[in-house]
Amino acid sequence: MGVLHPPRYRYMWRMSDAMNLTKTPLEELIVCPICDATYQLQRPKAGERAVCVRCHKVLIAPRYKAGMQIIAIAIASVVLVIAASVFPFLEISVAGRTNAVSILDAALSFTRGPMLVLALLTAGFIIFVPLLRMLLTLYVLIPVVLDRPAAKHAVWAFRISEAMRPWSMAEIFALGCAVALVKVADLATVSFGPAFWMFGVLVVLVIAQDGFMCKWSVWNSLEYPKKR
Amino acid sequence: MEFTGIPQKTVTAREAGLVACTRCNRAWPLGTDVCRRCGKTLVSRDVFSLQKVWALWLVGLMCYVPANMYPMLRTQQLFTVDESTIIGGAVDLAHYGAFGIAAVILVASVVIPLGKFWAIAFLAVSVRSKGTFASGKRLLMYEIVEYIGRWSMIDIFVVAILSALVQLQGLASITPGPAAFFFALSVIFTMLSAQAFDPRMIWDAQSEDDKAFENV
Ligand SMILES: [Zn+2]
Ligand SMILES: [Zn+2]
Repeated sequence: MGVLHPPRYRYMWRMSDAMNLTKTPLEELIVCPICDATYQLQRPKAGERAVCVRCHKVLIAPRYKAGMQIIAIAIASVVLVIAASVFPFLEISVAGRTNAVSILDAALSFTRGPMLVLALLTAGFIIFVPLLRMLLTLYVLIPVVLDRPAAKHAVWAFRISEAMRPWSMAEIFALGCAVALVKVADLATVSFGPAFWMFGVLVVLVIAQDGFMCKWSVWNSLEYPKKR
Repeated sequence: MEFTGIPQKTVTAREAGLVACTRCNRAWPLGTDVCRRCGKTLVSRDVFSLQKVWALWLVGLMCYVPANMYPMLRTQQLFTVDESTIIGGAVDLAHYGAFGIAAVILVASVVIPLGKFWAIAFLAVSVRSKGTFASGKRLLMYEIVEYIGRWSMIDIFVVAILSALVQLQGLASITPGPAAFFFALSVIFTMLSAQAFDPRMIWDAQSEDDKAFENV
């Protein structure tokens, strides 16, 4: 047809009464975590999304070859996180004096007394949490994509990865950079190191990965590794 | 949009004698302790969630007060030392004409945190008192709080970048003030408070209203 269709929103079928629900096998039900509405499972096609009728929470959003894409993104992100955190990130110069810092330097700038806690938290939010999430995602998804039995403790790995989702703050750090740059602009000349551009790409990858990942599909494939 | 089913009335897991896993969306018979798919402890409604919400909310608020009183940044330029609080820093920026950045700082460090304290308190109170506010609006509020709370960390990251970058011996140096520590804790505790809230309770108050309405 030659026309690109936007992702179609597909509302879930709703069982008409509680009597029927109790007859349906439990594995063929899906419950909305936000509003507790219960539905008979209907798998949307790739690119479609199953949305809760009551609260509009997206329950299932499979994508064609999502597993492969997520793995590719995760590998690229791991390389970028490590590179971006050690290479020079920003360089400042005033009257011949220069100071170049990496992201790790920025995170570890709080080093006095209780500030050390803050240093560890900052480093965690912008480097270690995103890195760990990517590694756990690889660990969980590689066997799934290769149609192998789930990795040992894959359930644990995915749990930790999902619990850390709100604490991965690379994109917030990126906006923080913009604000900091404006603040020092009148004080000094600032130039960008290679890590600055790597970090920019990384932010885009992290956001894309969250968009591609369908949580329900991963849990389902961990429960039924072969069937998928 | 494609509708494959036109809703009349949704059935909740609790009404169907089931308990839902809020982590992996699996249904289990009511009374099951632990989700056998993902290992999450199952509760039909987290009755202690409001206590957790309030406790974390209070700690967050207690950290927010010193975060605004102590200096956030200590700027040393040649012979002058300048300490600025969150609001003071934003006012300085506005003086220099950087209104956009001043607005970003004010929104991220004052408007969002205060709005979040108010929104969480409102949600926690409103699930107790029925029928004051439509579920849809309360849900929207919950989603905004969940989504936007993390962005308050931006000020901490600005302080981190500035203190690492501006270290020019003798010329200028920036060091973080104690407010940074309290502000980060405040953001973390309010995030935890919002996470502790069980959004399923939003809908329970509503369905009880519906029943009351039907009986009239
Ligand atoms: Zn829902
Ligand atoms: Zn579960």
